[in-house]
Amino acid sequence: MKVIKILFVVSLFFSAGSNQKLSFAQSELSAADIIAKSRLAFYYAGDDTRAKVLMELINKDGQKRIRELTLLKKDYEEGGNQKYFMYFHKPADVKDTTFMVYKYPDKDDDRWLFIPAINLVKRIAANDKYSSFVGSDFTYEDVSGRKPDEDRHTLLRKEKLGEKSCFVIESIPKEPSEYIKRISWIDETNFLPLREEFYDRQNELYRQFEAVEIKDVNGFPTITKRLMRNIKTGHRTEVTFQEVEYNLGLQDDTFSERYLRKPPLEWIR
Amino acid sequence: MDKIKILPFIAAAFIFIPMANASELSLQGFLQTNYSVRVNDDNPQGAKQGNLILGEERAQLKGSFYPQKSKIGIFIKSDFYHDWVGENWAFDFREGYLDFRDDKFSFRAGRQIYTWGVGDLLFINDVFPKDWEAFYSGRPLEYLKIGADSLKLDIYSDIVSAEAVVMPFFEPDDLPSVGRFHFFDPYPNIPNREHEKPDPAFKNFGNTEYALRLYRYIGDFDVSAYAYKGFFRSPAMKADNFNSPATISSFYPELAVYGLSAQRSALGGVVSTEYGYYDSLDDRSGRDPGINNSQSRFLIGYQKAFPEDFTVGIQYYGELTHEYSRYEDTLPSAFAKRKQLHQYATLRLTKLLKYQTLKLSLFTFYSPDEEDFLITPEVSYNFTDNLLGVIGMNIFTGAKDTTTFGQHKKDSNVYVTAKYSF
Repeated sequence: MKVIKILFVVSLFFSAGSNQKLSFAQSELSAADIIAKSRLAFYYAGDDTRAKVLMELINKDGQKRIRELTLLKKDYEEGGNQKYFMYFHKPADVKDTTFMVYKYPDKDDDRWLFIPAINLVKRIAANDKYSSFVGSDFTYEDVSGRKPDEDRHTLLRKEKLGEKSCFVIESIPKEPSEYIKRISWIDETNFLPLREEFYDRQNELYRQFEAVEIKDVNGFPTITKRLMRNIKTGHRTEVTFQEVEYNLGLQDDTFSERYLRKPPLEWIR
Repeated sequence: MDKIKILPFIAAAFIFIPMANASELSLQGFLQTNYSVRVNDDNPQGAKQGNLILGEERAQLKGSFYPQKSKIGIFIKSDFYHDWVGENWAFDFREGYLDFRDDKFSFRAGRQIYTWGVGDLLFINDVFPKDWEAFYSGRPLEYLKIGADSLKLDIYSDIVSAEAVVMPFFEPDDLPSVGRFHFFDPYPNIPNREHEKPDPAFKNFGNTEYALRLYRYIGDFDVSAYAYKGFFRSPAMKADNFNSPATISSFYPELAVYGLSAQRSALGGVVSTEYGYYDSLDDRSGRDPGINNSQSRFLIGYQKAFPEDFTVGIQYYGELTHEYSRYEDTLPSAFAKRKQLHQYATLRLTKLLKYQTLKLSLFTFYSPDEEDFLITPEVSYNFTDNLLGVIGMNIFTGAKDTTTFGQHKKDSNVYVTAKYSF
């Protein structure tokens, strides 16, 4: 796993190093390769991560709701299994609630919710990858990723988005999905998705993702501000990742019933 | 109700608030109004406020202090409320405990709420005190659970983890009470009854209650094993003569429970199963009509999520009475006869709308042998992050007046809650 990660970073380094090599390297990459690399850069950076996440859920009238949580994540294999732990700071009526997910790319997640008011750990059903994550415009799938082989990918073109050169890729789900088409603008240098458009069954744009701010954190390019906009409802969600850290050495037992009930104070702060 | 026990809360607040650092100290709470009205005008005897089953204003304050570098922390949650039915003001000291955390174990002492087992509103190995009156009158779910004054030791290991609980003071369930609910009484002509609660362990050490849970996550399963030694939390009956009693008293017989539960993702959802053997220590022979016989209780549940925030949960639950022929032989004529296998089927539907601010839900208990239902439809709406409104109904129906839900069929109620969290 480490070797793959190093190779990946090395390949990024080379591809970023020289323009000539870049165009050569690019011609080697299929649309599916780009999507696969993008998934690793976006969802699998580092061996583990900690971040304090602020989500602002804003309706078309400008009314704002807040979700603030600490996110811990550990990768078990590049592109493979992951474990997530979330501790909610806000809003007030869900404070101290924790949520844990074992994510498997090839089957449904295992999910647990801890409800502090009755000291209950509850296992919850998880095959709803298109349902909204905590009432936001992001779906569970947006938050934890989608396997590249679930879609057919086509490189439409290359174009600049602002200053950045991007691959523009169309992805068509093989199985019926919430959307019939997704178009992604993927940064040629770091493979992060800078914009994504989701088209509904009427082939109309209904959701749009934008990477608003990207920072280098411990050598990993990281989207620290992102926006998901629902074009049809006028609702949007702005997400800020604060205090991002990678490779903290999170232990496996951090993702267990013990810490669901008693959140690990050293990490949640 | 617990006026003396509020003192530690106030004392602790004075001690730890000034010395705390903002991130380690948390102070929160809510203001809430909660009303429940019987839809039928046939009020039970002793009803103080006509159709009003529940009417209260309540403030909850909870504080915790967990210093970053320390192994010790404290948590306190207390309510202060005004009850329009009882016409009183009171404190309700919900929870309050001291935590000690170490690497491989932790220790918690004080009033704590426990929820064990995998059932959804069906409790087998959850042997901790519950407030069914609160539940039946439409109070929020957290009021179904009553804190137990207890010591808990947690031991963590890769092989198996354990929760061991010691409860020195017996706390019974709160059942629907006179004046608020109708209920079946086999001897309505003998209203004055003695009510004996087991002495606290300080008086009689043998009355200490013990509960143990061993658990681990193994091969995609959450598996737990349970053991409990204590008392039934709903009362049994003692009479000089069950067929024509002159005096009756109620008491809490001894009980031991041994059980298992397992839960995993399967069949596109979550499958749960639980078993518990209820060993009725004071009536193993099954000959005492006032005390429940030993039973095997079991459930199987399935929960599935569908697109668009729609979730369905179903459960089947059974209570198999052992020594049933002796139960039949000794059953007094005034008692309602229960079937050897008492069953429930439950259904839960939940639908979230408008970015999860609007929640429509339905929970239904149905017993095929007792032919009764409890149906609870509910709508809740988050006006803002802080303000929640809830309206719902508890609909009791049944073929007889003697069954679990049938006895309350005149008590179907509409409830409303408004809650402001801060």
